[in-house]
Amino acid sequence: MSTSQTTIDPPRPTSLTLTVNGELRTIEIEPSVTLLDLLRERLHLTGTKKGCDQGQCGACTVIVDGKRVNSCLQLAIMKDGCEVVTIEGLGAPGDLHPMQAAFIAHDAFQCGYCTPGQICSAVAMIDEGHATTSDEIRELMSGNLCRCGAYTNIVDAIEDVLSQRRRHLEAAE
Amino acid sequence: MSNVHPYVGRSQPRVDGALKVTGQAKYAAEFTADDLAYAAAVPSAIAKGRIAKLDLTAAKAAPGVIEILSHENRPETPKDDKPYLNDMVAVPGSPFRPFRDDRIAFSGQPIALVVADTHEHARDAAALVIAEYETETPVVDVAAVRNEAYDPPEKRNGIPPPPEPRGDAAATFAGSQIRLEQDYRVSPEHHNPMELQATTVIWEGDGALTVHNKTQGVMNPKNYVCAVFGLDPEKVQFFSPFVGGSFGMALRPHYDVFLAVMASLKLERSVRVVLTRQQMYTMGWRPDVLQTVALSANGEGKLTSIQHHAIQATSQFEDYQEPTVNWSGLIYDCANVSLKYELAKVDTSTPSDMRAPGATLGVYALECAMDELAYATGVDPVELRLRNYAEKDANDDKPFSSKELRAAYEQGAERFGWSKRSPEPRSMKEGRELVGYGMATGCWEAMMQAHSARVTLSADGRLEVACATADIGTGTYTILAQIGADAMGMDIEDVVARVGDSTLPMAPVEGGSWAAASAGSAVQVACKALKEELLKHARGIDASPLANAGLDLVTFENGRITLDSDPKMSVSYVDAVRASGRGEVEAEGDFAPDEKFTEAYAAYTHSAVFAEVRVDEELGVVRVQRIVSAIAAGKILNLATARSQILGGVVMGVGMALHEATEWDKSLGRIMNANLGEYHIPSHADIRDIDVIFVKEDDEANPLGVKGLGEIGVVGAAAAVANAVFHATGKRIRELPITIDKLL
Repeated sequence: MSTSQTTIDPPRPTSLTLTVNGELRTIEIEPSVTLLDLLRERLHLTGTKKGCDQGQCGACTVIVDGKRVNSCLQLAIMKDGCEVVTIEGLGAPGDLHPMQAAFIAHDAFQCGYCTPGQICSAVAMIDEGHATTSDEIRELMSGNLCRCGAYTNIVDAIEDVLSQRRRHLEAAE
Repeated sequence: MSNVHPYVGRSQPRVDGALKVTGQAKYAAEFTADDLAYAAAVPSAIAKGRIAKLDLTAAKAAPGVIEILSHENRPETPKDDKPYLNDMVAVPGSPFRPFRDDRIAFSGQPIALVVADTHEHARDAAALVIAEYETETPVVDVAAVRNEAYDPPEKRNGIPPPPEPRGDAAATFAGSQIRLEQDYRVSPEHHNPMELQATTVIWEGDGALTVHNKTQGVMNPKNYVCAVFGLDPEKVQFFSPFVGGSFGMALRPHYDVFLAVMASLKLERSVRVVLTRQQMYTMGWRPDVLQTVALSANGEGKLTSIQHHAIQATSQFEDYQEPTVNWSGLIYDCANVSLKYELAKVDTSTPSDMRAPGATLGVYALECAMDELAYATGVDPVELRLRNYAEKDANDDKPFSSKELRAAYEQGAERFGWSKRSPEPRSMKEGRELVGYGMATGCWEAMMQAHSARVTLSADGRLEVACATADIGTGTYTILAQIGADAMGMDIEDVVARVGDSTLPMAPVEGGSWAAASAGSAVQVACKALKEELLKHARGIDASPLANAGLDLVTFENGRITLDSDPKMSVSYVDAVRASGRGEVEAEGDFAPDEKFTEAYAAYTHSAVFAEVRVDEELGVVRVQRIVSAIAAGKILNLATARSQILGGVVMGVGMALHEATEWDKSLGRIMNANLGEYHIPSHADIRDIDVIFVKEDDEANPLGVKGLGEIGVVGAAAAVANAVFHATGKRIRELPITIDKLL
């Protein structure tokens, strides 16, 4: 190796403001920190999981400005001003989101590691409005891998929430 | 208080469900400390040779770097293998010892550990470690060394070698009119649990460590670490309350725990090591195996001979063994059987147990061969299996403890609609797709291990059931709570289960499908002791209504001990605890398999798996339309979690049949697809309907009547799919996975 390398100053931390689960957070952070690592290591929101760190498994899915994203592929500083919802923001034991309750009722998980990503993805997918059939659910959820193989139960849970929603909408009409 | 007993046998929602769906369940990399340092392992870029030089200049100068450890500067470690063999899943040979010296035995082997103040700094500095190597030519393809195959001189503990031959299989085969001999191969696989292998070591000061390690059994890495680093077991505790999938991968202690503990001891601070997804391919894997099956039969399809030969890859340094061929001697009734199992060495990490190790591979080959025999004899595949039904385990010459496989065939075929199958290949079509029906048998041994459990009733009337076993997604928490609630006549809401903690009563690793039967039985034994304790204290109360009552004269229900002869006479559990003069009453229970029973009987779980595939011939795309898996596995403790175990096994079987393959570059010895984008596991879109049937089966191997469910779901599933592909297309693909290129 050459000894005459030019030294590059390490990038300086930058100030970042985000809304996370409804709470405004201002954080000093280096540009190389991903949204996933920000959530897990700095904000201690470990419900968002790291399964591959390269956008292939979906375990790190969170909802940013209403859209589901792989948080491992987002640099945190690019999300300045955004609104982030993680699994912790959807519900807590005793106060579950309907999707969380449906996952328990249908045994839609085993080890639980892909589960927060599956749930965030499912919640945002329903809001996207494209999923009406089980085939569409399967296609649109395929970015969220589950090695325990809970797929059929996950689809059952999502269909359950979808039909609850339809009943609500019909009742409102 | 709800009177809903028994909980056992019902569909009970997971007691840890709310924690998992809200992100509150904490996994190994999610525990922290104020002084936490982050460490990244640097992988070897070669598969074989030695490290000639390590240049750490740039890495050391990178921001935030605290320390870089390697074989050159590591703290003193034991001079021989013995301490490293404190691993209840160790195999014959010399275990991998991280940072032992400059030798490289497999691609991705850790050569340095960079410790830094943040995850990003550790990761970035790890990329700056420069290694120069002296490279040797690796061999990673077992087919290239098949001529060097050998019978492993030392047998792996707990793994039965093939039985002695019976009859004369070769001569019978040679004289048979109907015979077939085929080679089968399954691509090597990696477990790929969703959670990355990780360890967080919390430095508690004064040499005490709290270790959060991803493991299938906390006692195993604890014993290993204490032996290797000479630590006082009293000062080291391991925790693994939640395990993000494992499938056998976290049975043995891996280099993450070794490196994290080494760094923590050296730096006297807390350290976390999380492997990357790519590094998940640098440890155990489902081995590459070359299989040949030869069958002969008479005109009615009755087997006259079975020969099964397997040559399985292992590493240069260990003789990993699994029971691959034995199944061919016990699933069917046949007088002439010859089975052979050999190893051949390649330059990889040591293979390891992966869901139903041995059976997944061996039964695949046998069941595809049986399908071929069905076509050769013109006998329906289900009927062929019934004609060869084994009424005893001929390998060990023992009766089965129970075997309701016949009912599994019948109920599975009925639910699937097997009678609608037209026997000819390529004879069923829908739209532009060929339709195929295939089936296979599955088998796994029903094992048990010694376990201990502790149950504690506290003054607030709550019950804790505790055992150092693990819940790797299997549902252990829930079934232990169900068993405890039933035994004590309590509402399951008042029962807390604890596992994954080395301070709890002893359990081995959770594997082999033995945890439910063993840990569950230990809880039951402990509850009986707890009842005796509670009754003793209840009798001791002044003017106790139970003064002279024995255990056989009272009932424990709804939080009260009640005299059977006069239900008005009772003492509440809470009063009994109060009478003890302590805040709680606890009891321990030990379970060990009944040796007389296990010597007298062979205990196996069985399955009949039916698959329907759709094949688009123009595109070569195979879709699994539906699968019916009929399981005979003794008593089912929890219908929901039991069904999930089978679903998961079936999905893994579909992956094996159609998707999964670890691809080594044969000249470099490196894995080319060490990621989830190129190593394909089934996704949502690949899985449609899976129907699970639990056949009624009474078994007496343990008081619960449980046989275990973690493995049986995967066995036979790939063969059923492969056989369905043949039925659809008329093409017999004997190398898994059946990818588009093989069908076109």
